[in-house]
Amino acid sequence: MAKKMLREMRRDQKGVIVAVKQAGELGRRIRDMGLVPGTEIMVQGRAPLYDPVALRVMGSVISLRNNEADFIEVEVE
Amino acid sequence: MSATMKIALAGNPNSGKTTLFNTLTGARQHVGNYPGVTVEKKEGVYQMEDRQVNIVDLPGTYSLTAYSVEEIVARDYLVDERPQVIINIVDAANLERNLYLTTQFFELGIPVVIALNMIDVARDRGIEIKASRLAKLMGVSVVPIIARSGYGVQNLMDEAVRQAARAREWHPKAISYGDDLDSAMLEIQEKIDQAGFLADTYPVRWVAIKYLESDEQILTKGALENKTLSLELEEKVAEVSRHIEQTMETYPEAMVADHRYGYIKSILKDGVVVRKYDQNRLYTSDKIDKIVTNRFMGPLIMAAVLFGLYYFTFTYSEYPVGLLEGMFEAMGAFVDRTLPDGTLKSLITAGVIDGVGGVLGFVPLIMFMFFGIAILEDSGYLARVAFMLDRVFRIFGLNGSSVMSYIVSGGIAGGCAVPGVMATRTLRSPKERMATLLTAPFMNCGAKLPVLALLIAAFFSENQARYMFIFTVLAWTVALLVAKLFRSTILKGDMTPFVLELPPYRMPTLNGLLIHTWERTWQYIKKAGTVILGISILLWALMTYPGLPDDVTKDLEQQRQEITASFEPAVAAEVAGLDDEGELSDAGADLQQQLLAVDQAEAQQTLRNSAAGRIGIAMEPVSRLAGFDWRSNIALLGGIAAKEVVVSTLGTAYSLGEVDVEESGSLADTLAGDPNWNPVVALSFLLFISYYAPCFVTVVCIAREAGSWKWGAFSMIFNTVFAFGLSVIVYQVGIRIFG
Repeated sequence: MAKKMLREMRRDQKGVIVAVKQAGELGRRIRDMGLVPGTEIMVQGRAPLYDPVALRVMGSVISLRNNEADFIEVEVE
Repeated sequence: MSATMKIALAGNPNSGKTTLFNTLTGARQHVGNYPGVTVEKKEGVYQMEDRQVNIVDLPGTYSLTAYSVEEIVARDYLVDERPQVIINIVDAANLERNLYLTTQFFELGIPVVIALNMIDVARDRGIEIKASRLAKLMGVSVVPIIARSGYGVQNLMDEAVRQAARAREWHPKAISYGDDLDSAMLEIQEKIDQAGFLADTYPVRWVAIKYLESDEQILTKGALENKTLSLELEEKVAEVSRHIEQTMETYPEAMVADHRYGYIKSILKDGVVVRKYDQNRLYTSDKIDKIVTNRFMGPLIMAAVLFGLYYFTFTYSEYPVGLLEGMFEAMGAFVDRTLPDGTLKSLITAGVIDGVGGVLGFVPLIMFMFFGIAILEDSGYLARVAFMLDRVFRIFGLNGSSVMSYIVSGGIAGGCAVPGVMATRTLRSPKERMATLLTAPFMNCGAKLPVLALLIAAFFSENQARYMFIFTVLAWTVALLVAKLFRSTILKGDMTPFVLELPPYRMPTLNGLLIHTWERTWQYIKKAGTVILGISILLWALMTYPGLPDDVTKDLEQQRQEITASFEPAVAAEVAGLDDEGELSDAGADLQQQLLAVDQAEAQQTLRNSAAGRIGIAMEPVSRLAGFDWRSNIALLGGIAAKEVVVSTLGTAYSLGEVDVEESGSLADTLAGDPNWNPVVALSFLLFISYYAPCFVTVVCIAREAGSWKWGAFSMIFNTVFAFGLSVIVYQVGIRIFG
């Protein structure tokens, strides 16, 4: 188990969110989508230009820009 | 029981809320706007055996914070209008995330009935939800439904009406946010309660939560009501905030969210959800995405789909558009035959019928376009387009969802900015949306094409396709760069977060598509129709009044008589008695030709003498900077009504009479031979046409979509100044090089 920022995760890699280090609107929108500490995520794919990234969260798919993913710390398998 | 039972429908985007609303209300809907904002307000009536129930469809939101207009609108509606009950629709296959909004209704205390939607999809995915267990643990009614098929909807409404009839007080639920926050909350609540702070609108505990979350709307309202107390509360929150940051490296707001999810998780784990498969199992939708958003296939498929939409819209609407045009032409011809020549006839044909016809002529186009977009939207594909293109559009301060609007506006030459501007509704972030709708009119819409074609043919090349392609590329470049300019000046601001849900692909329902299409189209007819009628009458008056002075009219009349007198009386009688079908002798044709020349000269002089003509002449000293003479000026002025008017007005100004837009060859020859024109002037004119003030229908739509006439006026002024600047540069540089 190692901690990583979400941006560095590989395709199909799984992990559990440890922290969302962002307050304000962005932080809130991230949390509104269920991206909170303790949530299990999987990198499902990336857009053709490698950004944004599509995540599997609690059975649905959420897309995030890389610079937004930078605030999310994940413990990966 | 009171006759007006009011029920609000709330839920996440993609939870099937609109489908349920359509199932419940069918055609008995009314679409309006919430006061002061552009968020759509949909109301409808559900008919029960013994009563009618009013249903309000709240905007789809994930949360009830104060960050987006939709969220503020939704919660203002709840506290101001106090509907008797909320039907909270949740996606059974996505329960954990959907219930996040539900917990916020609990915090507010408003009575809730949960509609557990898409239980069929959940079952296919191996997810079973024990509705009664969920109801027991959450303390509210839960009714499983399938909104698409109508399964369970009757039960749902019975239950909602039963709850509404009880019309009880609001009972906010106390969810624990951890020891630190809970104790701070107690203190804050006590102060709020004692002062009766904001008590006439909001529950005490809810105000306390919003202070913890530093909710802008509530903080502002609080400061207005009781400045001292508000500051005291903020100080208290700052204190606990410091403490939490030091000990746990987090924020009160984040802790509140974490505990809401914690509450949901604890309930779902307690025997509510039974799963057959792993949660990350790939569903059909994910398998489709592997191809559709693939690095190589994705862009190709997207290009094909967008081109398909475009082709569908403009090809299949051609027939009904032609039919409508024919109808208006027939009406014009009828008026032409029945009314005597004169002002009234000219007003009705040129002012009213052409103006209204211009607006209604767009209707089939708009319907087809909205139908196509509704398919992309309802199926879930539009979210993928935004996902794939976001990286490119972000460079220009826009986001992935902007592409649709550009394409429809003429990003593939020949679109129309009216539906394009209206298509920006799918953009959720206000600044990106404004930048998109203000720049979409730079695209080469179908009405600009005949003008471009005319000038290209006259001055540049027979190879129109190549030039058309260059102008298309140029339009994209200009639109994106101006968007960037707007986003770094008047629409400055950080990028709105682009946290987007990619909903599973779904087959759209025909009913939903039709309702979607119709309501948008009807809004267009209502709004654009009334304004355009007034404006087109105004433009008609500008180009008609004041008429020619009497002595000039007399002079022209005398010329006609002299011409007629120079022929044999028999020839004159032949021409005067001519009906449409008749064939003229050579002398008769000659006479008719000469008389026509006088008529055309009269039309030209009338135009020159009209208010529009005088404006055109008055503007000449300025417009000369870009190489335009007064004739071009009038044509451009007319182009503000509709771009295709440019060609016909130029025709009149060069006394060629009515020039058919489709067959403008003679005008091209005239321009090519005119000393005022040369390739540099033509290029300058082409650029001006491409980028100056949008046509009036578009301006009306911009004003409507942006929520203020200020933006409509802005787009006219800015675009004209911008285009003029461009033309002046090209002309001044051009004549120095080639002159």
